[in-house]
Amino acid sequence: MKELQNSLGAYLKLHWKTAVFLVVLLLGIGLADQFVDSYMRRILNLCAIYVIVSLAMNLVNGFTGQFSLGQAGFMAIGAYTVAVFTVPIESRAAIFYLEPMAPFLANIQLPFIVALILGGLVTAVVAFFIGYPCLRLRGDYLAIATLGFSEIIRIVFTNTQSITNGALGIKSIPTISSLWWTFGIALIIIIATVLLINSTYGRAFKSIREDEIAAEAMGVGLFKTKMTSFLIGAFFTGIGGGLFAALLGTVDPKQFYFTLTYNFLLIIVLGGMGSISGTVIASFVVTLGQEALRFLDEPMAFGLDLPIFRPGLRMVVFSFLLMVIVLFYRKGLMGTNELTWDFMAEKYRALKKRLGGKKTATEGGAKK
Amino acid sequence: MVVGMTMETFLQQLINGLSLGSLYALIAIGYTMVYGILRLINFAHGDIFMMAAYFTYFGIAVFFLPWYVTFIITIGLTMLLGVTIERVAYRPLRDAPKTSLLISAIGVSFLLENVANYLFSGKPMAFPEFPLLTTPFFIGGLSIQPVSIVIPIVAFFLMTALLFVINKTKIGMAMRAVAVDYDTAKLMGIKINGVISSTFAIGSGLAAVGAILWCMKYPSVLPLMGVVPGLKCFIAAVIGGIGNVKGAVLGGLILGFSEVLMVAFFPALTGYRDAIAFVILIVILLFLPNGLLGKKQVEKV
Amino acid sequence: MKKTLSLLLSMAMVVTMVAGCSGGTKTSSADSDVIKIGVFEPLTGANAAGGELEVEGIKLANQLRPEVLGKKVELVIADNKSDKAEATTAAARLIEKDKVVAILGSWGSSLSIAAGDVVKTNKVPAVALSATNPQVTAGNDYYFRVCFLDPFQGTVMANYAYKNLKAKKVAIIQEVSNDYSVGLAKFFTDSFTKLSGDPNAIVATGNYNTGDQDFNGILTNIKAANPDVIFAPGNFTESALIIKQARALGITAPFIGGDTWETNEFITVGGADVNGAVMSTFFDDTNPLTEAGKTFVAEYKKAYPNSANIAAVSALGYDGYMMTLDAIERAGSADPVAIRDALATTKDFEGATGMITIDANGDATKNQAVIKGVKDGKFTYMDTVTID
Repeated sequence: MKELQNSLGAYLKLHWKTAVFLVVLLLGIGLADQFVDSYMRRILNLCAIYVIVSLAMNLVNGFTGQFSLGQAGFMAIGAYTVAVFTVPIESRAAIFYLEPMAPFLANIQLPFIVALILGGLVTAVVAFFIGYPCLRLRGDYLAIATLGFSEIIRIVFTNTQSITNGALGIKSIPTISSLWWTFGIALIIIIATVLLINSTYGRAFKSIREDEIAAEAMGVGLFKTKMTSFLIGAFFTGIGGGLFAALLGTVDPKQFYFTLTYNFLLIIVLGGMGSISGTVIASFVVTLGQEALRFLDEPMAFGLDLPIFRPGLRMVVFSFLLMVIVLFYRKGLMGTNELTWDFMAEKYRALKKRLGGKKTATEGGAKK
Repeated sequence: MVVGMTMETFLQQLINGLSLGSLYALIAIGYTMVYGILRLINFAHGDIFMMAAYFTYFGIAVFFLPWYVTFIITIGLTMLLGVTIERVAYRPLRDAPKTSLLISAIGVSFLLENVANYLFSGKPMAFPEFPLLTTPFFIGGLSIQPVSIVIPIVAFFLMTALLFVINKTKIGMAMRAVAVDYDTAKLMGIKINGVISSTFAIGSGLAAVGAILWCMKYPSVLPLMGVVPGLKCFIAAVIGGIGNVKGAVLGGLILGFSEVLMVAFFPALTGYRDAIAFVILIVILLFLPNGLLGKKQVEKV
Repeated sequence: MKKTLSLLLSMAMVVTMVAGCSGGTKTSSADSDVIKIGVFEPLTGANAAGGELEVEGIKLANQLRPEVLGKKVELVIADNKSDKAEATTAAARLIEKDKVVAILGSWGSSLSIAAGDVVKTNKVPAVALSATNPQVTAGNDYYFRVCFLDPFQGTVMANYAYKNLKAKKVAIIQEVSNDYSVGLAKFFTDSFTKLSGDPNAIVATGNYNTGDQDFNGILTNIKAANPDVIFAPGNFTESALIIKQARALGITAPFIGGDTWETNEFITVGGADVNGAVMSTFFDDTNPLTEAGKTFVAEYKKAYPNSANIAAVSALGYDGYMMTLDAIERAGSADPVAIRDALATTKDFEGATGMITIDANGDATKNQAVIKGVKDGKFTYMDTVTID
């Protein structure tokens, strides 16, 4: 007992900042959950879901160096699993009004959390069958093959009327509104990813990213390691998709058009391919930014009738930003660094030095 | 489901497949050329194709230029667009990790789609009609639009011309050299930038021709019209063996015929039509990763 | 662990920042000399053309009747980008940030369905204008609509095909990725097989996806089946291309469809080939069904003198706005729940598209549809049909 106390004490001594931070964070979520309105709540929930999916994408793309573009399809699987298994049985007849739900599914209803985890698992199983042929391919083929699979999933969901209700989609999915669901799961996934990355597996992932042939020579099982990363990523993405379905309360195949994946691509590129904290920051920046930039789509922005402000401008600005980041800040906000206390202290010192040093430096801080 | 299919229907489907496949082939050549040289999936290729359709639309329907002038301007502008994209978005990243280049390509594609959506709105624009080419003539019960014959002829002609350029001219030799070994080619004094620019120019020019013919057959112009053809034509290039011009044409034809014949023989599965390209892709990559006509590539350390 | 957990700082910062600033917007609800009505429409993306037309009608209605209960009515327009995730945030934003008391829209049933949950939990009524899918109002006390439903429209067209065109064999081309098209095709099939008494009356079915451009494959199959009529509900661009390609293949059977065809793009893309295409819709400007319809037509022509014809969805936008204002007046307050109750008891409201009585589901009970055809490149009134 005493030993435990001692080690806990030692831990706190070493990590008191982190501990304080964690408490502040939990308090922050609790406060936000109490006081924010439903609009803000929706956006925050979306931010957390984007954190989950982007993190999963970064695990595969950033840490393992496998360029996969299947996020939209994986989310669809998670979302549909939650939708199919949580919709109240009594409203199913009304929803599946064109073609009744397949009998083997029609009477199964699962609690949300069970459906959510099942969604993650189903996604991982599908990912296995996708990864089996695809992960042996060279990088850019993998991109197009996963993108293709993502589209196939969407097309299959459009056509399997008695399971997914086809184009009609499924509505009346019991919704979540508490921030604890999304933020809680996001936190768990962040911690899990951090632990994973710092484990033997994580090092194997990174070795593949750096040099496949060298990694193989060092005894890293390429296919097995890539598959591990791919499956974990898919599992997380499925969970993210399930939360997405429960947030919106409705799913249909069109939501999972492959351009959805580009959102997450923008996030991981902005945050830094291979940075967990970068991904988290970028998820918030992008999601909140998309809302904040809504004025670009409104002709009456600034009270003037400017013809350049009209629907569509926001997405132009967004895609332009993606290009600017790729071309000029290739490493994104964080590169492969993490936002640790040491990192911040170092940055702070550098900043102080630079300000003291007679404004010689003009380069932006983002350009690490 | 083959019940009741007459010879006439079958022949009609073959004609449909031929013209669709030839269109795919034209666009696939552009992919294959860029991939052959830069080892890059030019995600923006489908959107270059889309912009070419808008250029033609504006030339004829808005500025009332004669069609031949419009075609020349369109091909010129599209080539310029392709070269500019390479110059601005790909060249600075030539020594960067492959992933950055791929992301840049996706970024350009996304940007072009959004710019088109912003400038031209999401509403379809009606491509000008060419009655001479679209008014069908009938042989027995078969209906054939002249354009359906023009498309394969143009595709074949351009393929032959391109093969001539690649195999018999100086610039073609330089292209082949760069494709085989980028660094050595550089050491041999080949002006890499010029070669890559001309590759993009030719690829985009073919996309422009493809767009003009495509729109004659399917006369609506939309910001996202290039996405699906773009993906499919990349797949066509992979089927044939990426980097190989004849392969791209072969892949395009295979894809066009498979799509149409699937619809013909399995009408119940028509909803899955867009999936077939991807299914073929996976099968090819599993069993013939270098495509039908591609050479085996060894990964170098 | 040290470096691992610290990275969460960013999250906490954003959360607290957001929590801090979101409190500030609450004050605007106290601002009571304007009544805000949200307009929730796709202004970009695939459904943009339809969304713009509805907004046109709503704006016109707003100009004609800018005040209710002595207060100015302000329209707050939100773009839902033809995307469901955007649609729910746009609806939540209208309610929470802009404090609207009612919402109008959206073109596209799936977008309205997506917003359904938001309006229901926040207890703010919404009026769908042209969303014909039964699911929009089903099980939702806060969603109403001013147009008829898919089953009705399917029946109308089946009747037209069977009675007016004397069709025995029909081919159906549906847009599988479009809920509207799939629903309409199904209701048409049910109605038509019942009318004709022939379970095999549907001789061929073709499916396509939104954005497809080549339909020669499915059309060749259909040509082989030799139908009397082809029913092809779906998006106007694809439908126009289908008709064009069908004519090029030598298919002469008439094409019939639903209300989504009635856009200028259908005619510009389809050209001469769409002449003779027939569709059901909600309204026709040359034959208004009511006095309100005549007023609407006159005012519309004044406001948009260059417009060739008036889209039915613009008329529905007009009706949605007027009906909501009528409800606010009857409720005597701008309280969203009171407005909902007043909307639910709407009876014999005279709209531009006909008399509207809201039933227990929140749907407008309408038994009249307009049949229009394309003639010489123009949508032309053909008939008004009543079905009981």
